[in-house]
Amino acid sequence: MTLAAAGPGFLSPTGVEIAFLLVGIATLGAALVAVTTKQLVHAALWLVVALGGLAVEYLLLTAEFIAWVQVLIYVGSVVVLLLFGLMLTKAPIGRSPDADSGNRWAALAVAVASAAALVWVVVDAFRTTWIDLDGVVQGSTKVSGQYLFRHWVLPFEALSVLLLAALVGAIVLSRHKDGRAGAAGPADPAGPADPAGPAGPAGSAGGSDSRQNGAR
Amino acid sequence: MHLAYPAVLAVLLFCVGLYGVLARRNAILVLISVELMLNAVNLNLVAFDVWLRDELHAGQALTLFTIAIAAAEIGIGLAIVLLVYRNGGTADVDKLRDLSERADAPKGAAGSDEQDEQDEKAEAAA
Amino acid sequence: MTITTTAVLVPLLPFLGAVAGLLLGRRAPGFVRPLAVLPTAAAAVLAAVVAWRQGGGDAVDAATRLTPTGSVPIDLALHLDGFAALVAVLVTVVASCVQLYSTGYLRDDPRYPSYAALVSLFTSAMLLVVYSGDLMVLLVGWEIMGICSYFLVGHYWETEAARAASLKAFLVTKAGDVPFLIGIFALAADAGTFRISGIVDAAASGGLDHPTLVALLLIAGVAGKSAQFPLHTWLPDAMAGPTPVSALIHAATMVAAGVYFVARLLPVFAASAAAMVVLAALAAITMVGSALAALAQDDIKRVLAYSTVGQLGYMTGALAAGDRGAAVFHLLSHGAFKALLFLCAGVIIHTAGTNSLAAMARMRGLWGRAPDAFWTMTVALLALAAIPPFSGFFSKEAVLGAAEHAATGHTDGIPAAAGWTVLVAGLLTALLTAGYATRLWLLAGSPALLRGGRKGPALSAADQVRPGPPPSDSATAATGPSAGPAASSAGPAAPSAGPAAPSAGPAAPSADPAAAGDHAPISAGASAGASADHAAGAADPTTGPSGPSAAPPAPALEPASAPASHPARTPVVMNAVLWVLFVPTLALGLAVAALPDWFDGRSLKPTLSTSIIGTGFALVGVLVTYAAWRHTSTLAARVPLGAVAADPDGDPAVSEAEAIATHRSAYGSIAGAPDPADPGRLLLGPLHRHAAAGFHLDALYAAVFVRPVRAAARLVRFLDREVVDAYVGGASGVPRLLGAAVRRAQTGNVQTYLSALLAGSVILAVAAVLVATGG
Repeated sequence: MTLAAAGPGFLSPTGVEIAFLLVGIATLGAALVAVTTKQLVHAALWLVVALGGLAVEYLLLTAEFIAWVQVLIYVGSVVVLLLFGLMLTKAPIGRSPDADSGNRWAALAVAVASAAALVWVVVDAFRTTWIDLDGVVQGSTKVSGQYLFRHWVLPFEALSVLLLAALVGAIVLSRHKDGRAGAAGPADPAGPADPAGPAGPAGSAGGSDSRQNGAR
Repeated sequence: MHLAYPAVLAVLLFCVGLYGVLARRNAILVLISVELMLNAVNLNLVAFDVWLRDELHAGQALTLFTIAIAAAEIGIGLAIVLLVYRNGGTADVDKLRDLSERADAPKGAAGSDEQDEQDEKAEAAA
Repeated sequence: MTITTTAVLVPLLPFLGAVAGLLLGRRAPGFVRPLAVLPTAAAAVLAAVVAWRQGGGDAVDAATRLTPTGSVPIDLALHLDGFAALVAVLVTVVASCVQLYSTGYLRDDPRYPSYAALVSLFTSAMLLVVYSGDLMVLLVGWEIMGICSYFLVGHYWETEAARAASLKAFLVTKAGDVPFLIGIFALAADAGTFRISGIVDAAASGGLDHPTLVALLLIAGVAGKSAQFPLHTWLPDAMAGPTPVSALIHAATMVAAGVYFVARLLPVFAASAAAMVVLAALAAITMVGSALAALAQDDIKRVLAYSTVGQLGYMTGALAAGDRGAAVFHLLSHGAFKALLFLCAGVIIHTAGTNSLAAMARMRGLWGRAPDAFWTMTVALLALAAIPPFSGFFSKEAVLGAAEHAATGHTDGIPAAAGWTVLVAGLLTALLTAGYATRLWLLAGSPALLRGGRKGPALSAADQVRPGPPPSDSATAATGPSAGPAASSAGPAAPSAGPAAPSAGPAAPSADPAAAGDHAPISAGASAGASADHAAGAADPTTGPSGPSAAPPAPALEPASAPASHPARTPVVMNAVLWVLFVPTLALGLAVAALPDWFDGRSLKPTLSTSIIGTGFALVGVLVTYAAWRHTSTLAARVPLGAVAADPDGDPAVSEAEAIATHRSAYGSIAGAPDPADPGRLLLGPLHRHAAAGFHLDALYAAVFVRPVRAAARLVRFLDREVVDAYVGGASGVPRLLGAAVRRAQTGNVQTYLSALLAGSVILAVAAVLVATGG
């Protein structure tokens, strides 16, 4: 650990730093596109880029096990889940002009303000802190397995219960209720309640069908 | 490596996710933004763990747990969004206004709206 | 039963009767009358037993202390001496008579249960005052009487007069009670005890530090309760209450409480010569002024009320002369004959359908229709005028004798000035009293006897005036609705009216239903004040006081025909009670030899000089009034006047309430009437106008007290409305505006909420960081 004020300056970055910076810029850009793009499916795909970039950052921080887990779980499963969700909710393919709500300027203000505040604080606090990436390897699979099953067994097991509960909950939530199975069919009863909704499924046999993903 | 790099990157990612949560209409895009925020936190955890060289590696362990919990969260969240969509015919967050003062909010998704909104608040707080 | 137990039962029985009456009144109407009459009658018997066993001997004292009450102890104390025993007998007897009378007088009144219970409660409170040996306990009874009086005076609360009178009675007596309370405290602080016996001992041994101050404070309360100048103004107005209430409260008992109180504490007052002079001056002013006012009143009950004030003045005068025996003797006899007078007045008002003497003076046959009332009233008036050998003579002579005794300096500690004041005022009042008693008798009772029987010319004059324009237009139109049913019932009864009213012959053929009606206007030419709206409002006679019928101003003079006679209409019980009270009125004077044993032992026998002078004054008053009446009575036929309440089948109380409610509209004033045939008008001359208005004391009070208070109230109302309410309105308006603004923020959009939440968090965080780094 080095709190050393004698650490190297920012003007002479190491190779790792340059790599981190570049990948970080790419990640940030992908994230920005993901939250601003008008095409919903593209948002999910840009999320893949951002998460992948983060995995590279983990690698650069020598946490290789986490990097692989990140790729496996996020890129492999979460994004796929999100894509399925988009499809199941009949999200339009292509540009949808109303992807952002009317709240966006307030949201922008809040986000910029918090970014400014946090960056200021973080930079002020860790300006001179230096991470020593050399030395004993910290994030290899072996080390991870050791600390995980030596010190963190109980939370790990508790987490398995949590995952089980989430699994059951997700199934229960998304299951068609028996009583209204017929009514909740393709001719969704909620359609008349919001006939003006742009994404309304009221005409499931109508124009929106053509934009539907075949996966449905 | 300077700690400021990962820290600032985490901050910026977090704020980008924040913007997404606040600005996106589609509930699934909101979930995507939440994922970005979670990952920003993960990056922080990893960076500080590496910096501190913790004996227990609490940062990395927590990152793993967070990833698992995020997976569970995304599953539950998607289930809820699907339910909302089935009930109300829309997945737009700003259409779910049953709690508004005016009585002109759509009445379609009465039952699950509150769950959804509470859920989103919880996510945002996480 | 020991005498103490018996004495405790005396106030307790009416109290229990009152409680039971209030509880059962609505649920078991059958029990109300027994519950009203029996406890009071039993209390009367027990009070007589107490008096008999006490026998005028040594005072019986008994006390029990419920709880320690600090520096000055308060005991539940009994003090039974001759005064207490006899006054209690008077109270219970009069209360029993009044309760009996009320069963007839208010027989159909829906509020009879509460009325009877209040009368019982009042009786109980008065007995508490009489028997109590402790000033605090006495005060409890004193105040209960005040509040009962308020409720009972306001019994006809539908009428404006009764509402105003009850409030006035309450407020004026309270105005006296406040200094009274302070006086009691000062007295107890000086004497170190609330026990009357202890206080009297202290006063006798000169143990009081501020006798004059205490006495004057107490006199204020006594003046309020006993209706002495200048706090007497409530009593004439209180005649808006039912007649039995007037008889019980405002003649026999409550107003006597003040006198009785002074009698009990006479040594305290006697300790201060100044207080005695003040008392004498008040008594003198009260006596003379009220007698003059009584001479000018038109309402029969107001005459009696002013007479009560004057007789109470006599009692106060006797006390000022230092002779409480004479005062209480006059209290007893006055209680008897004045209760009798009021009860008679109730019968007469019911029979005549009006309370106006001017209207009665134009009615014939009244005597024949209420013979019991008139005979007993005659005797009671003789007693009032202090004509021997009736009771009033002896008691009044006792008072005058005491005054003479004091004036000649034979009474220790009493300034001769006080004696002279009382003596002169008393003699003058004797003259005036005889005058107004004669006037009352002549106006109310005599026409049937004298004018109807002997004075043919007046009658024919009336008949000659009658054939004017037929009254069938206006009179029928105005009184038609109310007189209609009465006319049909009076039709068959009209022939029987012949013997009762010799002149009914010519009147009977009149086809005018108003004239044939039972209570038809005798003389329809009321003053212009009898506005037509009053008469037009008299649509339904059964609705009680809300439907009075004042005679409309009609150009025609109706013949003074007696209404059809219904001898049985006055309940028998009412007449019976009159004869019960007749006995003490007639014969109480015989007790003059025995009474000193009960009192202080001083002789109450009339002295020769005062007897001759007093009786002479009274006879002069009678004769002068009679002469004046002879002079004016011929005018009566020429000036038509009068209105009656057309509600023949209602309660006696209903007639009275209607009469009270319509008096002002029919005669232009609650007190007087523009009647040139009134002998009092001739006698008083220019003074009459002022006397009728009670010497404008009410107007003075209105200018001095009422108007400033009202102005202050208006100011407060203005401040409240314009200033305080502005702040209140602002205090509610600003949050309402804020609420509207905040409500606008509740869009239901979760993202908006979240944005606001996070923005706030950022601001807080930045602020915290700034504080942390800056500090």
